[in-house]
Amino acid sequence: MQDHAENNARKSRLDFGGALKDAFVAALVAFGLFSLMLGVVTKTGSTGTLTVSPRPGLLATSVAIVFAGRFLIALIARYRGKHRSGPLVPPRITSTVHKLERFVAPALLLFALAVPVLFFQNRYLLDLGILVLTYTMLAWGLNIVVGLAGLLDLGYVAFYAVGAYSYALLAKNFGFSFWLCLPLAGVLAAFWGVLLGFPVLRLRGDYLAIVTLAFGEIIRLVIVNWQDFTGGPNGISGIPRPSFFGIPFNNEPDGFAALFNLEFTPTHRVVFLYYVILVLALITCLVTIRLRQLPIGRAWEALREDEIACRSLGINTTNTKLTAFATGALFAGFAGSFFATRQGFISPESFVFMESALVLAIVVLGGMGSQLGVAIAALAMIGGFELFRNFEQFRMLVFGAAMVGIMVWRPRGLVATRTPSVFLEDKKPIPASIIEEARQ
Amino acid sequence: MEYFLQQLINGVTLGSIYALVAIGYTMVYGIIGMINFAHGDVFMVGAFLALIAFLGLMAIGVTAIPLALFLVLIIAMLLTALYGWAVERIAYRPLRGSFRLAPLISAIGMSIFLQNYVQIAQGARVKSLPPLVTGAHVLLDDGKFVVQLSNIQIIIIVTTVVLMLLFWWLVAATRFGRDMRACEQDLKMASLVGVNTDRTISLTFVIGAGLAAVAGIMYLLYYGAIDFFIGFVAGVKAFTAAVLGGIGSLPGAMLGGLMIGLIETFWSAYFSVEYKDVAAFSILILVLIFMPSGILGRPEVEKV
Repeated sequence: MQDHAENNARKSRLDFGGALKDAFVAALVAFGLFSLMLGVVTKTGSTGTLTVSPRPGLLATSVAIVFAGRFLIALIARYRGKHRSGPLVPPRITSTVHKLERFVAPALLLFALAVPVLFFQNRYLLDLGILVLTYTMLAWGLNIVVGLAGLLDLGYVAFYAVGAYSYALLAKNFGFSFWLCLPLAGVLAAFWGVLLGFPVLRLRGDYLAIVTLAFGEIIRLVIVNWQDFTGGPNGISGIPRPSFFGIPFNNEPDGFAALFNLEFTPTHRVVFLYYVILVLALITCLVTIRLRQLPIGRAWEALREDEIACRSLGINTTNTKLTAFATGALFAGFAGSFFATRQGFISPESFVFMESALVLAIVVLGGMGSQLGVAIAALAMIGGFELFRNFEQFRMLVFGAAMVGIMVWRPRGLVATRTPSVFLEDKKPIPASIIEEARQ
Repeated sequence: MEYFLQQLINGVTLGSIYALVAIGYTMVYGIIGMINFAHGDVFMVGAFLALIAFLGLMAIGVTAIPLALFLVLIIAMLLTALYGWAVERIAYRPLRGSFRLAPLISAIGMSIFLQNYVQIAQGARVKSLPPLVTGAHVLLDDGKFVVQLSNIQIIIIVTTVVLMLLFWWLVAATRFGRDMRACEQDLKMASLVGVNTDRTISLTFVIGAGLAAVAGIMYLLYYGAIDFFIGFVAGVKAFTAAVLGGIGSLPGAMLGGLMIGLIETFWSAYFSVEYKDVAAFSILILVLIFMPSGILGRPEVEKV
């Protein structure tokens, strides 16, 4: 009862006038922004010339949405500004969440292991699971470069491409098996990582990001244009599918189903692929966790915090950066060769800048440096993308807006706290508020 | 020789467009030290606004091409400037003082957003216009090869020169220019001595976007076709131009734009068209590695 009265008292103190003014200005700006872009549409007429037709309804709706949205946000902001007393979520709930947190990772792992058993009949979900795991692996790999070493890499997909093309070309031209190509593809990708790493060692921050972007684009353009070698824009098709350590997944007497006395179904291969990528992803995660305990992992994190301090402490920044690039690229190479064998067809279309941005967005959303956060973010992003399948064209729009939104509201990502790699008695997470990483 | 001369003219034209976009990059980098990754897409938005405005003017009966183009210039510059302002206000201003990579990631998000926004609003198909400005002057004719300077090339080069001079005056002789140079030297100190830094930064974005809009119009007139993806490659090239000239330096951006335009044109003319983007990207990498302060830039001093 008392609570209710207090609420009412608070409500009456809300500043409607100010919020309305804000909303009005926002609506005016929105009208300016949308007037030509949404208010008018260009169409190619019957004679091939462009014609325009107005869309007043759409314009009015979008301006109204901006007005309402801004009004609500302004109202909430004013309310929060006046009552700066406590956090939005009560501390009791926060502490319960913290207690539950340690169970999240094992539960997710168990679920991931059980997916093929639970959804054996649902081919669509299995494929989606493989996709999510592929991106999880890529994001974990990029996490080493961006999250641990603090080097913003916008061309990560280039190494993914190197891995995929290595497998496709080696398997098609020399008949190498998947298990032989996998390490080769990884090593080749790591080699390219070092090759890129060498020249960009002197660069930092934004410049490094742009150079890696340029590098990624160069690799893609070379793949597109070097037609004799890579098949150009048509890509490579008929890439050998994986076998169960030599036993093919087919309906022959020496196939997987016959040898294990199972009824033949194409799902066997999908399940096998699912477990392969799960194991690969877990290896990535495990290696990262172990590397963080080693001197090299600590050097990466030190490099992220302060490069100059690193150098003055005698850490070899050259080697530190190169190993970060190489390790990240190695896992991208593994993921790439898995991608090639799963698809059976690759083309430069799969390795555009958007893919790099997507993987980066997963790492950023998950909270740079946090393994669990990145896994949850991959699940949310790729799974969330599937929810939007019916609104295909809005997917990337929402994605771009989300990237901006995360940076504005929660720049540290979902898991904002950081696990210490060195601790005295208990492993207390480091809260985001005291992380002063690389501030300008 | 004739072939060379023709390519020189084409290169200068292309370079003028890059230079106008490059100024936006270099100004923003100079003042807040971030790469405005969405600037290429602001350029694309400018081109689209110009196209829509032009078609709209035709539809309501303004059919005199010079008048229509002049109005298009005004409308596109104003609206694109509004986009530039909104981008800064929404995606960058809340991040001032955040960790170093935050604005860049936010800018990438903004770039993706703008691309898809235009794609949804106007469709993914290439929009093409018939040539609006026709006619050319023959400079040289030796019977085998004709060197031409088309009217549209004259318009592009003259507009760029005029805008550059105007902009130069703005930076060198006005109150805003002084504020901007003060912010560039030291943002905190400038705000201590009474410069309204928020307004100056906003204005920087507005002017950069306005210049990008002009570049967008020129692109539209010169190539006659645009789509929602032109901003990405043009943006990276303009950024290369800014870096080549020395980021943070305005004459550097002009010089760099011109050089990138020339290099790209000559590369296409004498080597291979397929690899012209590879050439531009390689220059970016080479310049950043061997000459990170560019031709006219000041070397960055790292302080602890």
